[in-house]
Amino acid sequence: MTPIMPDIQLIAIFPESILAIFACALFVMDPFIARDKKEQLGYFSLAGLCVSGVSTLFLWGKSISTFSGMIALDNYALFFKTLFLMISALIILMSIRYIKIERINLGEYYGLILFATIGMMFMPSATDLLSFYLSLELMSMSLYVLAAFMRKDPKSIEGGIKYFLTGVFSSGLILYGVAFLFGATGTTNLGEIAAFLQENGVTSSLSLIMAFVLLITGFGFKISAVPFHMWAPDVYEGSPTPVTAFLSAGSKAAAFSVMLRVFINAFALSSGNWWPVLWVIAVLTMTLGNLVALVQTNMKRLLAYSSIAHAGYLMIGLITASQIGYAAILIYLVGYVFMTLGAFTLIILLCSANMKGDQISDFKGLARTNPMLGLVFIIFALSLIGIPPSAGFVGKLYLFNSAIQGGFYWLAIIGILNSVVSLYYYFRVVQVMYMDEPNAGTVLSFSPTLKVALGITAFLTLFLGLYPEPIIKAAIDSVQIFL
Amino acid sequence: MIPLSYYVTVSTMMFVIGLVGILIRKNFLIILFSIELMLNAANINLVAFSHHFGEVDGQVISLFIITVAAAEAAVGLAIIIVLFRRKATTNVDELNLMKW
Amino acid sequence: MTAQLLFFYFGGMAVAGAVVAVFTPNLVYSALSLLMTFIHIAGIYILLNAEFIAAVQIIVYAGAILVTYVFVLMLFNPEQEKRYFHKQYKIGAFLGAVVLFLMVFAGFKTEILSKGGPFTVEYVEEIGHTRAIGNALFTDFIFPFEIASFILLVAMFGAIILAGRGIKKPKGPGGRVDLSSRRKAKEAIVGER
Repeated sequence: MTPIMPDIQLIAIFPESILAIFACALFVMDPFIARDKKEQLGYFSLAGLCVSGVSTLFLWGKSISTFSGMIALDNYALFFKTLFLMISALIILMSIRYIKIERINLGEYYGLILFATIGMMFMPSATDLLSFYLSLELMSMSLYVLAAFMRKDPKSIEGGIKYFLTGVFSSGLILYGVAFLFGATGTTNLGEIAAFLQENGVTSSLSLIMAFVLLITGFGFKISAVPFHMWAPDVYEGSPTPVTAFLSAGSKAAAFSVMLRVFINAFALSSGNWWPVLWVIAVLTMTLGNLVALVQTNMKRLLAYSSIAHAGYLMIGLITASQIGYAAILIYLVGYVFMTLGAFTLIILLCSANMKGDQISDFKGLARTNPMLGLVFIIFALSLIGIPPSAGFVGKLYLFNSAIQGGFYWLAIIGILNSVVSLYYYFRVVQVMYMDEPNAGTVLSFSPTLKVALGITAFLTLFLGLYPEPIIKAAIDSVQIFL
Repeated sequence: MIPLSYYVTVSTMMFVIGLVGILIRKNFLIILFSIELMLNAANINLVAFSHHFGEVDGQVISLFIITVAAAEAAVGLAIIIVLFRRKATTNVDELNLMKW
Repeated sequence: MTAQLLFFYFGGMAVAGAVVAVFTPNLVYSALSLLMTFIHIAGIYILLNAEFIAAVQIIVYAGAILVTYVFVLMLFNPEQEKRYFHKQYKIGAFLGAVVLFLMVFAGFKTEILSKGGPFTVEYVEEIGHTRAIGNALFTDFIFPFEIASFILLVAMFGAIILAGRGIKKPKGPGGRVDLSSRRKAKEAIVGER
C-alpha cells in the first residue's frame, strides 16, 4: 500500500518550533561570541522565549488534534506552555550572573535550557504514550547535563550522577509500563485507551495491573513522591542553584501536566477507584517532606523537602478526581512556580566570590542590611505556608476545598496540619534573617537581571494572591477537556 | 506457534535482572548495563505485542527506544568520565558527600 | 517445532547473558556477555518476523552503544575488586527476588485477544519489513521522529560539554597556573552593578 500522509497541522507545534529555531541558532552563534560576552546568548534566548510566548497567547482557544493523534493543542496545553516559558525566562534571568561567578559561563547552558523548555512544552500536548515518553526524555536529557554542569565541583557531579541514575531508572519503569499498557489495550493513543477501559474495566487483565503499578512507580520517582523521594535532596543540593530552581519548578510542573492527562485517560481516574493508593502516597509525601525539612541546615535541602511536600499537596487534586480538583492543581502549580523560583533567587543572591550561599546561616541578618530582601522573603514564606494574601493561599484554598467537596475530610485536615508544621521551618529562616547579627563580609551579587527576576516573582506571588481571577478562569477553562 | 506469554516471560526475567543489577552493583558502568537490559526488555515486549496484534506500531516504538537508549548511553558515559577525572573511581558507593 | 527450539535457545541465552552481565565481577566479561544478550535478542526479533528491528538492534546496540561502552571501560583500567556488591545488597537482592517471582508469574499468565490487524505475517513478508516500518514511521510517527532527533542532538551536546576539555586556565609567571586571578575575577563580577 502506498503511504498516505495523515493530516498534519503545523500550527499545533508552532511555539516549540520557534523555540527550536532559536535554540539551534544559538548553538550556531555560540563559537562566534567572545568567552566573556556569553550573556548576549542569554538575552537572545530570552528574546526567543518572548516570541514563543506571544505565539502561545495568540493560539489560546484553539482545539486541534494532529500528527495522527500524537499532539493536541488545547487550552490545557497552552496554559502549561505559557507557564513553562515564564519559568525558563525567569531561570535565564537568574543565571546570567551566577554562571559567570561559578565559571560555567558557556553558551550551551542557555541552549540546554531552551531544549529542556521545548521538551517541557511538548509534554502537556502529548496525547499518545510515545510522544509523552519522548518529550519527557528530551526534557530529562537536558536536565541531566545541566545538573552536572559544574564539572569540577564534587557535589555537582554527585548530584548529576544521582539525578541521572534515578531519572533513567524511572524512565525505564515508565517505559515498561507503557509497553504493558500497549499490550493490554492494543493502542498507544490515550483517547483510545480511555475508550478501551470504559468498555472493559480497569482490572480486566493482569498486564493492565502491571502497567499501572509500573507507571505509578515511575511517575512517583519523577515528582519525588515518598517513597521515591531519596534522590531529590541530594540532587537539589548539588546542582547549580538555577538548575535546582528549574528542576523544582519546571520539571515538577511538567510531570504533573503529563500525569493529569495520562491518569485521567489511561487510568480512568474519574471512575474513582484509585484513591486508596494515591491517598497513602500523598499523605506520606506531605508528612515526610514537612517533618524532615524541620531539621535541615542547608537552604537548598530545605527547599527540596518543601518541594517534596508540595508534590504531596498537589496529589490531593488527583485523588479527588473532580473538575475542581484538577483546576486546583493548575492554580496551585502557578503559585508554586513563582514562590519557589523566588526563594531560589534569594539563594543565588548570596552566591559570591567566597561563599556558596546555600546554608541557612548565610542568611543571617540579611533583613537588617537589606530590608527589601526581608520583606520579599516574608512574601515567599507566606505563600509557601499558605497564608493569605498570597498565591500559595489561593492554591491551597482550592485544593483543600476540592478535597472537602469530594468527601476526603481527613485529607484536608492532614494537609492543613502539614501547612501549620511548615510554618515553623520557614519562619525559622525569617527569624535568622531578622534577629541574628549579619555575617561580616557577606557580599550580595545583585545584577540587573536578578533584580528583575526577584521583582517579578515577588510581585506575581503577591498579586496572584490578591487577584487570582484570571488564573482561576484559565484553569477551569483548561480542564474542560477532561469532562 | 510460540505463545505470547513465553515472550513476555523472557522479557520480565530480563527486566528484573536489570532491576536487581541497578540495586546491587556499585560500579557505575554495570549500572548502565543493567539499564540497557531494562530497555531491551521493554523492546522485546513491544515487538512481541505488536506481532500478535498484527500491527507495526510497537515495532516503530521499539526503534525510538533504541534511539533513546543510545542517547542515554552517551550522556551516562560523559557523566562517568567527569566523575572519574575528579575522583579516579567509578564506584557509586563513594558518592557520600551529601547525607540526610 | 524448530521455532520452539530456536526460541528456547535464543531466550535462554539472552537471559543467561543478562545474568552473567549483572553478576560477574569482571567488567570486560560483563560487557561481552551483554553483547551476547543483544545478539540473542536480535534472534528473538527474527522469530517475531521483525527483521529490520533485528538488524537495527545489532547495528546500533551491539555495534555502536556497546563499542562506546567498551571504549570508556578501557579508559578506566578495570580491575576486579574484592567486594563488588553495594553495601546494602541484601535488601536489593531480597526485593529483586520478590519482584522476579511476581512479575514472571504475571508474565506467564499474559494472554491477549489477537486483534488481527493489517500487518499479518504474509503481508509483511510480501512488502518487506523495512518498507512496512518505513511506511508507518514517516506517516503516522513523524512527530516522534523529530523529537528523537532533538534528543540525539541534546545528548551529543551534553556529552561534549561534560566530557570535553575545559577552558585553558591563565598561566601566571613561571608557567604555574594562576589561581589568584580566579578569585579576583569573581570579586570583579560580583562588584559590578
